Amino acid sequence: MKQLLIRSESCVGCKSCELACAVAHSQSKQLFAAIFERELPHKRVFVETDGVVNMPLQCRQCSDTPCVHACMAGAMRVDPATGLVQVKSEKCVGCWMCVMVCPFGVISQGSSRQVVKCDRCQELDYEPACVSACPTKAIQFVEVDGFASGTRKSWMNQLKEVSHHA
Amino acid sequence: MLNIRSIDPAALDLAKKADRDGIETVWDRYEKQQPQCGFGSLGLCCRHCIQGPCRIDPFGKGPDKGICGATADVIVARNLLRQVAAGAAAHVDHAYEAVEALKLAAEGKIDYPIADLNKLKAIATGLGIETENKEPNELALEVVQVAYEDMGNHQKQPMKWVSAHAPKQRLEVWESLGILPRNPDREIREAMHQTTMGMDADPVNLILATAKQGLVDGYAGLKLATDMQDILFGTPAPVVTEANLGVLKEDYVNLIVHGHVPLLSEKIVQWAKTLSPEAEAVGAKGVQVAGICCTGNEVLMRQGVPLATNYLAQELAIVTGAVDTMVVDVQCIMPSLGQIASCYHTELITTMPIVKIPGATHIPFTLEHADEAAQEIVRKAIAAYAKRDPNKVHIPDYRAKIMAGFSVEAIVGALSKLDADQPLKPLVDNIVNGNIVGVVATVGCNNVKVAQDIFHVEMVKELLKNNVLVVATGCSAHALAKAGMMNSEGAEKYAGESLKAVLTAIGEAAGLGAPLPPVLHMGSCVDNSRIGDLVTALAGYLGVDTAALPVAASAPEPQHEKALSIGTWAVTMGFTTHLGVVPPVLGSKQVSELLTAGLTDVIGGKFYVETDPQTAAHGLIEDIRKKRQALGLDQ
Repeated sequence: MKQLLIRSESCVGCKSCELACAVAHSQSKQLFAAIFERELPHKRVFVETDGVVNMPLQCRQCSDTPCVHACMAGAMRVDPATGLVQVKSEKCVGCWMCVMVCPFGVISQGSSRQVVKCDRCQELDYEPACVSACPTKAIQFVEVDGFASGTRKSWMNQLKEVSHHA
Repeated sequence: MLNIRSIDPAALDLAKKADRDGIETVWDRYEKQQPQCGFGSLGLCCRHCIQGPCRIDPFGKGPDKGICGATADVIVARNLLRQVAAGAAAHVDHAYEAVEALKLAAEGKIDYPIADLNKLKAIATGLGIETENKEPNELALEVVQVAYEDMGNHQKQPMKWVSAHAPKQRLEVWESLGILPRNPDREIREAMHQTTMGMDADPVNLILATAKQGLVDGYAGLKLATDMQDILFGTPAPVVTEANLGVLKEDYVNLIVHGHVPLLSEKIVQWAKTLSPEAEAVGAKGVQVAGICCTGNEVLMRQGVPLATNYLAQELAIVTGAVDTMVVDVQCIMPSLGQIASCYHTELITTMPIVKIPGATHIPFTLEHADEAAQEIVRKAIAAYAKRDPNKVHIPDYRAKIMAGFSVEAIVGALSKLDADQPLKPLVDNIVNGNIVGVVATVGCNNVKVAQDIFHVEMVKELLKNNVLVVATGCSAHALAKAGMMNSEGAEKYAGESLKAVLTAIGEAAGLGAPLPPVLHMGSCVDNSRIGDLVTALAGYLGVDTAALPVAASAPEPQHEKALSIGTWAVTMGFTTHLGVVPPVLGSKQVSELLTAGLTDVIGGKFYVETDPQTAAHGLIEDIRKKRQALGLDQ
């Protein structure tokens, strides 16, 4: 199963993913129209930085699902069809328990007393908008093993370069 | 993402050849740029100081101000002012060179004759210069003196080129808003200053400054350039030729002139004829000159040189494999041409000190040595012809017959066949009685975000069908020329019944034996001043403000900052000015509202953004109908 994985060394901090995320969760799905919607859409990805490393953060879809365990309303649940943690907004009562237990801080407040988080672009047939918006391919939607093998290859190349210069 | 790259069959044909030849074109690069940055698209990115870059979150969760405190409104307005000032700078720089040329020509220091004494006298008279008993050179120098005084005006009074040529009612409006330009260089400098860090933070003040740049563009750029060029090279009169890449000839040396200024291309046209025997000596039948962009329009209007193609297909001209030399001057020249020319035998020649492209041959153009440069360029083309690889040649067999050369003088000339005393009367009468519902000027570029030419052609079809007369310049004129809308058959095919009747009557009276084309080619982008002159004359004849006339403007596929500055000028003239591509201003509600509505109360004109050609046509017609009603023409 494909996962949203980040090559943080490629992130230039442009926040294009944040804009694309908000647009993907708008009524119109178009930037020029989305900014005029009565209820502005909410982004679910956050580009954070410590001054050295930039990192787009969104729901990591952890398997121990602390947010699901903390939810007393049954709003946060695992979708049996996809295995993804999703919010059933009509059930959310705004107790913010999930916000408190999420280790990544990627669950945030929506327009009313409800939470929103990354839903992997359910409405776009699970083609995450942040991935296609990223100009440097820092955000990838790939198989975990493929991502890891890419990392191994680049590590090997680095080794080669080091020995070449030695 | 685009479904099709172009509606021009020649371009589509060559785009396929480009794919086969492994040539990367503007459409490939556009795809690689997708998706484009949302902050930039909305105008919400500021790079004016190096505390930044800053950007504003249009969805309200992130920053709502830049580091300095600039709001979205300020950032968008400042960005727009800089863009419009850049467009104006391009046109003023162009005009300045033309003034310089007239001065040197009048002093006998360069080999450029003064071709149009009538125009010289008309301009001089308009500027209040006595013309009686003066030698042409003496008079030209007096005209140059006024232009130079405008460029170096250190006083508070407005530029003479504005006060002498603009409609009286408009001058009053502009004066009341404090936007009359004093000196183009000073205004452009001021705009750069005004938009630096820690300066103007009032969006309204910034938008008024933008309007002032529109006037700089219109009068110190467009009008001044056209006036000088007409005096030097002659005022255009109707010419008949062809448009599209099918004008290239397999058995001729093909030399393309591309860019915007006619100072060099006029010489090239002349030397291409003179050196034709040298082309014959290498086995060619002669030298075929054809034009791209506005240099193409300039030599089309005055010399009847055929049009090769417009902005978006400039690379594809080289892909024909039949262009021996492409010579460029300034503006709208894709840097990619150097790389593409290297894949064929084409010699790409740059000529201007501020336009150099790696891989191109640079032959410096100066007014003093224009003939030498032109000869060298023509000879390079003849030499390149021998290196042409026949296996790589493919000239698409598409070209449309066109009639161009419709200067105001030419239009008045044709109309005077109907009424010698009051030549504007037949035109005005037909607007009043509704045979012509109104006039729309379509101008400006191609933009890769729109399938090449589709907006120009589809919108104009709808306008013509509804009896709106269309005048065109720039790459819009190229698009409509290629689509067969600039010949008599075009009137039969596209014009509504009452418009067709008027075009037929004028065409017959002018001795064409056929209708006038339904779209009148009025020239290059600087020749938008001709449209300004025509509406100024119409408003003067009727004694009304230009803002009251049933006239509108449209840049259906705008790409360049110059299109924004021309559009801004059109708005200051009081016209509703349509843009078919959304400019980067939507990030500010206040600026968008000012441009599309708020300005109307004070300036008369407004921008109208609509990305669908049919809807845009009907929006413009509705605007024209409202103006007709206000004038009491329709009930």
